[in-house]
Amino acid sequence: MALAFRLQKSPMPGFGLGMGITLAMLSLIVILPVGALLARGISYGPEAVWATINTPRVWAALYLSFRLAFLAALFNLVFGTLLAWVLARYDFPGRRLVDALVDLPFALPTAVAGIALTALYAPNGIFGGIARDLGGKIAYTQWGILIALIFVGLPFVTRTVQPVIAEIEQEVEEASATLGAGRFHTLRRVILPMLLPAALTGFALSLARAVGEYGSVIFIAGNLPMKTEIAPLLIVIKLEEFDYDGAAAIGIAMLLISFSMLLAINLIQIWSRRRIGHV
Amino acid sequence: MIRTIRVTDSQLAHGRLIRRHGDGRMTVEDGTKRMTGYPLNPGFWDRCLGLPMRRAVAMMVTVAGLGLAGQVHADNTLLNVSYDPTRELYREVNAAFAAKWQAEGHASPTIETSHGGSGAQARSVIDGLKAQVVTLALASDIDQIASRGLLPEDWQSRLPHNSSPYTSTIVFLVREGNPKGIQDWGDLVKEGVEVITPNPKTSGGARWNYLAAWAWAQKNGQDPKTFVGELFQHVPVLDSGARGSTTTFTQREIGDVLLAWENEAYLALNELGEDRFDIVVPSVSILAEPPVAIVDKNIADDEQKALADAYLAFLYSPEGQALAYKHYYRAWDDSAANPEDVARFPELDLVTIADFGGWKQAQPEHFGDGGTFDQIYSGQ
Repeated sequence: MALAFRLQKSPMPGFGLGMGITLAMLSLIVILPVGALLARGISYGPEAVWATINTPRVWAALYLSFRLAFLAALFNLVFGTLLAWVLARYDFPGRRLVDALVDLPFALPTAVAGIALTALYAPNGIFGGIARDLGGKIAYTQWGILIALIFVGLPFVTRTVQPVIAEIEQEVEEASATLGAGRFHTLRRVILPMLLPAALTGFALSLARAVGEYGSVIFIAGNLPMKTEIAPLLIVIKLEEFDYDGAAAIGIAMLLISFSMLLAINLIQIWSRRRIGHV
Repeated sequence: MIRTIRVTDSQLAHGRLIRRHGDGRMTVEDGTKRMTGYPLNPGFWDRCLGLPMRRAVAMMVTVAGLGLAGQVHADNTLLNVSYDPTRELYREVNAAFAAKWQAEGHASPTIETSHGGSGAQARSVIDGLKAQVVTLALASDIDQIASRGLLPEDWQSRLPHNSSPYTSTIVFLVREGNPKGIQDWGDLVKEGVEVITPNPKTSGGARWNYLAAWAWAQKNGQDPKTFVGELFQHVPVLDSGARGSTTTFTQREIGDVLLAWENEAYLALNELGEDRFDIVVPSVSILAEPPVAIVDKNIADDEQKALADAYLAFLYSPEGQALAYKHYYRAWDDSAANPEDVARFPELDLVTIADFGGWKQAQPEHFGDGGTFDQIYSGQ
């Protein structure tokens, strides 16, 4: 039914051309590489793929990568939304500067970010030195990885939530207040539900980015097997051994886990949209 | 997003952003009608998507395109794909060779060198990087290229000294005054000593480190596997390449001793100050042979073949050997070298890769999937 509807003449021109270009580009840029990865896995054999993945070291790396990516995305969800709120709602000197700074993690080569973060958080750096005096260590531990992942994922939440906040009419809040809601009640029951779908999108983007991040993490991680070795590094190690099949196997594992996580987030989004109506 | 635009000099419009135009204008909709004009206070993206930036991008693309086009004709060019710590050496070798080649009546050649981890560099060549010459850290990396048919399997016998015009070894770099009193491999596993080495899985240099430690344990009546396993318990950071480890040790000040290429250790001493580090030479080390080879399948014509042959021959010439000595490599022919460059190398007991049965045996046994290095961390 939906297909039949799509094939009918649309009032908007250019459907055929637009769709054609979209599909061609999508195949070239997304479907082909992912397909090649899966084809490599199929030719390697499901048992062999499982045998590669099912070792303590690979599980440790996958668990580390996904756990820290999830924590970083969670942090960004809260902090990024707050940042978006401050940028969209308040006017203060230097607001434009802060606004531009948010995009910096997009623009900076990740290796540069990694080296800069390592220099700051290593025991002889500014923040690392403070941590050392307090008896702790940041760079070359999981904390260092978490900081790098937060850094690269931050703009995703802020940039998806900011326009939504800008569009919320203040009248809505005023209406809520006139109906007797307190300020926190308004925030919780009126504002947050409107932000939730966008914030979840930002969370998903930030999570996806953090899971695959290599360039910045590699400098700050320490890369000790079973402790601070991320899954993308294991892929690189497999490639160094010229073991393309083993690398593809870990790649497929990451792909499947990422896909199920993103699917779950999408389902939550659909559920939240249904619950509060389309925003 | 709600934006304010200037429609005419005296009229402003305020509404939801519908689309941006290439010239910096934007269209907004205020609920009833659409209007187009310049934004009142353009933001970062407005400027990026405006015309001047587009023009800049178009220009960059054109320039990059011209640059690529300029590299297409191949007669007089060479690409040397090398490993990490040879940057300084090949910068000088390339200049000296180009001058010599020109002096012999040829047109001035364009020689480019690419650097990176030895294994990654080998993979680039396998995956189609058109390198005419490879100068890598390990024979096993060139073996991998040969196994894909890009050069004959017996490549290593084509040039003297196992195709290694220069060699190096593994030494210790310690902090000034050697506060932890590190003299030999056995001291590395003492209580409280932190050792910095790259990951043998990703770094050619680290594989030499590993084998040198193994050789010392063998010669001193210890179980080499246990000793090396204990050694890696003292490693707090495993960088992916030799340069990364040098940075961790020298700039981040992590660890008490860096296991380094001899040339890298001297370079660190030279660049970062002799008053900060000392070199300690262990009783046993390994003769590291970084080999060179021509990638036959990537040679376009006879002219390029002659250039590549001359380039590698230059590495063996007294002049090329003098440059290797200058950059802290142990070369073979010191006839043209500065005697000071030669004299600074201490004598030490060197085992060779042949003692491990050659790379064809040592690579899978120690560094392959499930090899002795993997067993350290999987606790087998």
